[in-house]
Amino acid sequence: MGLVSGTSVDGGTALFAALVHLGGAGKYIHWGFVQISLANLIVIAVMIVLFVAAIALPFPRHETRRK
Amino acid sequence: MSATDATAQPGAHRTRRFRPDRDVVEWQGDYRRYDLAKEVVVSFVVVLVLVIACAIVFSSPDDPPVTVKSWSIAAPVDFAQTAMTELDGTSPTATYGPPYTNTPGASQKLGPISIERAVGVRIPINTAQDFVLRPLATLPDRPSLDAALSRYESASAAQRARWDAAYEKVVADASFSDGRLVVKSGPYGPVGVLIGNLESMARSGALDGALLASPQLYATNYTNPLLFIANGTYMTSLAGLRHLQGDQWGMMNETGNFPGQAWLWLYTMWYQIPPMNTSSNGDVEVWAIMMVLTLLLALVPFIPGLRSIPRWLGIYRLIWRNHYRSLGPDALSQLPPGRRPLRR
Amino acid sequence: MSAPPADTYTVGGKADTWIGRIRDKAVKAYPPDRLLPDSQPAYVASWAYVFGALTLGAFIVVLLSGGVLAVEGPAWWHKSNAGLFVNSTHLWSTELFFMFMVVHLWAKFFMAAWRGRRKATWITGVIAFAVSIATAFTGYLSQQNFDSEWIGTQAKDGINSTGAGAFWNVLNFGQMLMWHIVLLPLLVALVIGIHVLLVRRRGVVPPFAPTQAQLAKAGLGLATNLAAPASPLAPQAPADSLPGDQPELLEDQS
Repeated sequence: MGLVSGTSVDGGTALFAALVHLGGAGKYIHWGFVQISLANLIVIAVMIVLFVAAIALPFPRHETRRK
Repeated sequence: MSATDATAQPGAHRTRRFRPDRDVVEWQGDYRRYDLAKEVVVSFVVVLVLVIACAIVFSSPDDPPVTVKSWSIAAPVDFAQTAMTELDGTSPTATYGPPYTNTPGASQKLGPISIERAVGVRIPINTAQDFVLRPLATLPDRPSLDAALSRYESASAAQRARWDAAYEKVVADASFSDGRLVVKSGPYGPVGVLIGNLESMARSGALDGALLASPQLYATNYTNPLLFIANGTYMTSLAGLRHLQGDQWGMMNETGNFPGQAWLWLYTMWYQIPPMNTSSNGDVEVWAIMMVLTLLLALVPFIPGLRSIPRWLGIYRLIWRNHYRSLGPDALSQLPPGRRPLRR
Repeated sequence: MSAPPADTYTVGGKADTWIGRIRDKAVKAYPPDRLLPDSQPAYVASWAYVFGALTLGAFIVVLLSGGVLAVEGPAWWHKSNAGLFVNSTHLWSTELFFMFMVVHLWAKFFMAAWRGRRKATWITGVIAFAVSIATAFTGYLSQQNFDSEWIGTQAKDGINSTGAGAFWNVLNFGQMLMWHIVLLPLLVALVIGIHVLLVRRRGVVPPFAPTQAQLAKAGLGLATNLAAPASPLAPQAPADSLPGDQPELLEDQS
């Protein structure tokens, strides 16, 4: 069940199943002596956005009680 | 009871100054409703949904490995040249030093200390035997190969060295056609037969198995074939195309456009800058730096200055802005002890 | 008057068995409403606090997806679409695990969360980070594809240079796989467990004390009023200032 008949599922064949094809040649950004993949840059950017959003977004307040 | 670490008990011998980057006054104020179980469950569900979505949308990479077979088919001359360095003991593995060989002067040092050398050879490899001669000896029904093997192995070390050097010269200009290695003739004795047979053994797939140290059917340790493959240029060139090489910040990267190991950014950064990027002790130097930095990170709470950075930067004022906006009389109980009273 | 029920749970008596002493110490350190609280200090009111739980959630998904891979064995995901999907969940949950863990680290750093006898919490967090990196590393080595063979043949130089390579052979798939699925996950789980228990023991770190400017804005002076009862969740209550104390000037961080 689920076996791709005939060929083994290697990097090329399997990625047809992905909606966004991340195989093939990687995209890289060169900045001075730094080389970073676009994918890693996006990951780091998402982390920064998450952190800033977490600090900036208002947090719902519940009732307080003294314990 | 005193504020956390801050004030001496009456009769105690030491008073300890309240340091705002080390000490706190524990909270005496209000509490809010909080559901720990719900938080854990919601976190799990949120992550699970994200993960399933990413798996469906992006999948994951699985580039097929280089094998000795695929290497020798794609780059037969590179294979033959590498095989020759294994036979004559000049390959990177043959001259590696501990843990593989006892090559003098071949281990990395930090100052005068080489831990590598102190630990010694615990994965002994003799590349001539393990990568060339013993695998060849497993081939049946090849009388000319058997003759070449016994001629080579019964020769003196000096004679073998002369044959090796002669073949090294010609294999530099080797070519491959009609399914066989083509080299100029020369005084290399049986070495031509050995390398030629190793080439065809590799291209058949038989060498992948024969390189494995285990004599049985089952194997889980691929040290020998992986070292052999890595000594050639074929796998390295494929890695270069994928931005995986050391001087390409490769440690952080994954094949294709997948995210890799962004958390290794600092580890790989040291390899890009002098002196580590050209040092023959580069690996141990980078490891030493990273171990020190990791220790520093763990010990931040003890390091004055470093532990004051959060207070100096003041980002905490954003995180706790609700608290600071709604300060009430309780706030005064959160002050460090020994306040000098101010005029109201 | 009826007789007390047979299994009466008592706390605080002097146990003289190992198990009794362990129980008493545990209950003293972790009374039930500290171990499993249903309230938290009012200052815990920021989305910055969710990343610890998200990291834990990701860790659970990593373990579950790894468990499914284990059901079919290490070759499955190369040959089956279902296996590739499960491998993808394992990869992406690992990426999310590290993303959430590092954001959690940033938040805890900017809160100086080691304050108030919480140094061990910070240190166990750093250890968890380091052991997680090692665990992910052995996972990458266990892929049995181009990526794993490249990583292994390159990383061997770094590990060999420390002397550890003589015992921990990154080219030995069997060894690396077993470290990845047995030894290191147990170690990560243990360190995370200690870390979480420490958070429960000490509570979430309070904010920095308000500055003079913040107090003035709130119309507050500095006469301390300690009539408020101590919460069972707060480990210690502050004292009145003692005559021998050095007064600590509040920096005006305006």
